[in-house]
Amino acid sequence: MTDGAFSADGMFLLTVTCMALVTYALRAGGYWAMGRLPITPRVRRGLEALPGAIIVSTVLPIVLKGGITVGLCLVVAAAAQVFLRKEYVTVFCAAAAAAAMRQAAGLS
Amino acid sequence: MLEKNVTLSFRGCVQGAALCIPLSPGIIALGMVFGTVAAQKGLTFLEAVLINSLVFAGASQFVAMEVYNDPITWTTLIVMVGVTAAVNMRMLLIGASLRPWLGQVPSRQTYPSLLFLTDLNWILALAQYDKGNRDWGVFLGSGLFTWAVWSLSVIPGYFAGGLISDPKIFGLDVILPAFFVAMLVPLWRGKRQTVSWLVAGIVAGVTWWLVGGYWSIFTGAIAGAFAGAYLDD
Repeated sequence: MTDGAFSADGMFLLTVTCMALVTYALRAGGYWAMGRLPITPRVRRGLEALPGAIIVSTVLPIVLKGGITVGLCLVVAAAAQVFLRKEYVTVFCAAAAAAAMRQAAGLS
Repeated sequence: MLEKNVTLSFRGCVQGAALCIPLSPGIIALGMVFGTVAAQKGLTFLEAVLINSLVFAGASQFVAMEVYNDPITWTTLIVMVGVTAAVNMRMLLIGASLRPWLGQVPSRQTYPSLLFLTDLNWILALAQYDKGNRDWGVFLGSGLFTWAVWSLSVIPGYFAGGLISDPKIFGLDVILPAFFVAMLVPLWRGKRQTVSWLVAGIVAGVTWWLVGGYWSIFTGAIAGAFAGAYLDD
């Protein structure tokens, strides 16, 4: 760190500003566009299907990248959620499963 | 479709914040890792805090740091903004799915609140909406809480890089995906979800395999939504 901790490069500030603006445009843009679109029963059903589809598409690449350990942890999470129906218990079970499996892999 | 009983209350905000507490270890670990990465890349403390709090979108920040080079040229700027846009493209869809609920609220309230839109408070809020809760304080409160935790967690990460040397040892990296899976369970109702999720999964998997990166979230989600829209029960 050659510069002071509380200094910031001008070009860096410009970059961060652009990143923040582009991200906000995306955060607000989809919401805005939906307000301009007539919500027909078909659009409504599409919107209803969207959350689940987003979650599946977000989690699947994480499993593909993370391999068998991450995949098993998420199976544990799904089972915990189905039977216990408590989100905080679910995330704890999954984290504990990951820690245990990695510990075991490290020891063997 | 129009509902008139949409409200915003302080209690709703507190409830939203409380729902985030079990997820805090995951948020803190990720924020700290970002602080460490930022320090290693040579960002000043102020720069690290600014990028973290203003952009407030974890995955895109990490990818942007991958392409960061000091000093920043115009090319670097364009690439950093470009990867940020690509990674955050899914926000368009997330925001769109909030329309039926937040569309009832005056624009001067919704547009500022969308600054705090993340996958996390979006899915938390939608789960509450599914249960019949129409108090959108849940969305705002969880968003503000997540932002505050995220903003603070970068500080210890920046100064003490090795504090959590490897979040994987404690399984902290699976907290957020496990939470997503937990949120998926109550969304399942029957055949329409099964088909829609299957389509989303196949398209996302193929996209990931072909181009990698974060495009799979976008393509998979759109394919799943179309399947849901055109599938009649």
